[in-house]
Amino acid sequence: MSVEKIRSLIAQHGRLSIDIEALKNADDLYRAGLTSHASVNLMLALEDEFDIEFPESYLKRGTFESINSIGMALAEITGDMSMAN
Amino acid sequence: MISSESHTQCVTTLRTGVDLTKISSVADSVRTFGTAFLNRIFTEGETEYCEQGTSTAETAQRLAARFAAKEAVVKVLRPLEFRPEWTSIEIVRHPSGWCEVVLTGTAAAMAAEAGITEIQISMSHEGDTAIATAVAFVASTKQG
Repeated sequence: MSVEKIRSLIAQHGRLSIDIEALKNADDLYRAGLTSHASVNLMLALEDEFDIEFPESYLKRGTFESINSIGMALAEITGDMSMAN
Repeated sequence: MISSESHTQCVTTLRTGVDLTKISSVADSVRTFGTAFLNRIFTEGETEYCEQGTSTAETAQRLAARFAAKEAVVKVLRPLEFRPEWTSIEIVRHPSGWCEVVLTGTAAAMAAEAGITEIQISMSHEGDTAIATAVAFVASTKQG
């Protein structure tokens, strides 16, 4: 469920140059066109959706590198490890 | 006669960074996320100055130019993994029109660690694009 939600938010805010459906969960989002600005929008959308705030320690390229890495970050922040799947 | 005495020289090298930002994208972010976006990216002083624009278009131009400037500064800081929070890079405008960079927190720590003694920036915008460049002066020592 959360992976689908992450995908939906990336489609809405990521401004990718390719269709989200063509992306695998491990694919590099930056190579797919995610810019620094779009990653901010995505981060704010994730914060709204999951009622969290990304701590400063998550402000790194690796956090938003892939759908998997976003899921892992959400799992760590919320403590709900099912989000990492 | 050849002297075996070695000398330590202070050497200044440069780093440059540049960034382009779409003004309409920044305006979209403000519309969509409001103060959450502004507070995450801009200091209170930056937001206050940008909102003094004569129109929402001018405000968006100012915000986009500052966003580009912060990204250009990140490029000269060359973070290895963690990037500095955006608000630790402040673009301060002087009454005469020129702007300077003020670093605090993690950005200041990264600059100190890299030996950066000064960063100069320049910003501009045209149409839907804002651009900024940053030049950093890096002091290092060299055995001569």
